[in-house]
This record gives sequence, C-alpha cells and structure tokens, in this order.
Amino acid sequence: MTRININPRRCKHCGICIAFCPKEVFGADYRGAPVVERAEKCTACGLCVMRCPDFALEVGEKGK
Amino acid sequence: MPALSWREYLDEKMLPHLWCPGCGNGIALGALTRALAELQLPRNKVVVVTGIGCWGKADDYLATSALHGTHGRALAFATGVKAARPELTVIVLMGDGDGATIGGNHLIHAARRNIDLTAVVLNNQNYGMTGGQVSATTPVDAVTSTTRYGNPERDFDLCRLVDAAGANYVARGTVYHVPQLDRLIRDGITKKGFSFIEVISPCPTHFGRRNKLGSAVEMMKALKTRAVNVNSPAAKTGELPAGAFLIGKLADRDDPDFTARYAAVQQKAQAKGGFSS
Repeated sequence: MTRININPRRCKHCGICIAFCPKEVFGADYRGAPVVERAEKCTACGLCVMRCPDFALEVGEKGK
Repeated sequence: MPALSWREYLDEKMLPHLWCPGCGNGIALGALTRALAELQLPRNKVVVVTGIGCWGKADDYLATSALHGTHGRALAFATGVKAARPELTVIVLMGDGDGATIGGNHLIHAARRNIDLTAVVLNNQNYGMTGGQVSATTPVDAVTSTTRYGNPERDFDLCRLVDAAGANYVARGTVYHVPQLDRLIRDGITKKGFSFIEVISPCPTHFGRRNKLGSAVEMMKALKTRAVNVNSPAAKTGELPAGAFLIGKLADRDDPDFTARYAAVQQKAQAKGGFSS
C-alpha cells in the first residue's frame, strides 16, 4: 500500500487534492482538510503532490 | 555527487508560504523546482530574479541564488546579471502586474533583444498582493477592486505580444496541467535566447471572489475546461469556443541570442583596436 503523508502544518484546506485525485483517495474532515480514506486505491501517480499549492503532501511506496 | 531531488531546490524551512489557500503560485513554484531538478542545475549557478508581488515572493522559498528587485524591473536586473555573467542560468519570476503592466516595456525589449533569460510570468489576471486591482491582463468587463462595474479595457495576449517582439521560445501552461507545465519550464530553461512561459493561475481571494468564479477547486476546473492544447484538432482548425485559450509551445525558433551577438560585436571592435576587456 502506498504511504501518503499530509503535513498539517502546511495544509491550508484548499480542497484541490480531494477534488482532483483520479482515484478519489481523499475525503474531507469537518474543516475541509484532506483525510486519507481509500489508501488502497492510490496508484502513486503523484498528481496530488504536483497540484498541492502548499507542498503539504508526500506520496511514496511503503518502506521508502 | 548524488542527484538533487526537486525538494532540495526548495528552502523548506521557509514553509508554509504566505500565499492564500488555493493560490496557484505554490503549484507553479513546484513545477519550477521539478524542472530545475530534472536538469540537475547546481543551485548556486541558478539566479532567480524577482520583482514585487505575490509571485515575486517566490524567491524566498527557493534554495537557489536570488535577486529581489523593485516593482516591474526584474527583467532589467536580470538583463544586467546575464550580460555580466553569461554562464549563469537566469530565471525571472514576475506576475502579470509586475511583468506585463508595470514592467511591460522591459518585457517587449527583453524579447526583442532575445537575451538568454527564462521569464515565468504568472498570470492571475489582477494585482493580487495589493488588493486585487486591474492589470493589463484583466479581461474586459471583469470586476476588480478598481473596476467595480467592469473593466472597460481589453487584456493583453502576452504570448502573442512576446512572440511578435521576437522571443525564441513562447509557451503557455496552467497550474491545472502540471506535468505539461514542468516540461514547458524545463524546455524554456534549456532554450538559448529569450524564453517566455505564461502560467495561467487562479486568484480565488480577489479575482475569483469579485467575479463570482467560486472556490479554488471551481477555478481549477475552469482552467481544465477552458484550456485547449495547441496540438489538438480544435486548435489547428482555429475554431475555439468562447473563453478558450491555447496551451503548449506557441513559438520555437533558433535566432542568435544577445550574448552571441554581443560577442561578435566585441570581436569586431577588438579587430579594429577599439575595445579591450
């Protein structure tokens, strides 16, 4: 399973990762912050990392 | 020396940055760092020159050399850096207010001079940092804090302007189409002569709010629907829907750049005994 890190110190809750993940891996909490809900669907395409305006996401293979 | 990752071109201790939630600046900054990492340019041999504005703050978050100048004059400073030290890679980051409105004259003359700089102009269609005032790229009828009932002026098509002024490389990307944006910036950096990359980016705080364009996510979706790739059949027939704009490589030529032409002039002068360096 792919490891997905969300840095809460950097995330500004814009919702871009939630809206544009091709596999709909993210859900939102009550503040609109992303939560990894379906990590098993992640293909590590990296689009969320590229589109995150706040450098708050890290996606890598497990153990890396 | 081990390869530098794109994060190593960032000055991560400066994060989180000052840009608003959903602002495209951070996405464009990521694309720039990925382009630099792909080329593996040494950080001290890259000079990022900026002016004033939201995008002008980008140098604060980079681990490269930097020169932060006055409003609209980034290209003038960059021209000086490149003329004095042609071996450096000089990248100029300007917003539409900084680069095309206040500094519009520097833009056309840098393109005419065809000096080997890479200008990444982030177009969010208004002056974001100072409160969302009208700029030279604000579309006609759009509402800004200084055009409350609609903009009476037309906007510049920056890519056509810079192309007509003679730049070697002209491209347009958006912060939605990120893998393409990485490539466009990378190709602009490797290209000799003046390279110009316009990045269309949302400003949800000012432009989006005043023009009722919705959230940052809605504005990103609009970029997706409005952008037409220059190699697509629709772009080739020229039948674009209203509000559409072309993305991709719009001009690519190999005219001699300023550094080469200036070296030739130096040689001529030396041959006549009129120049010593």
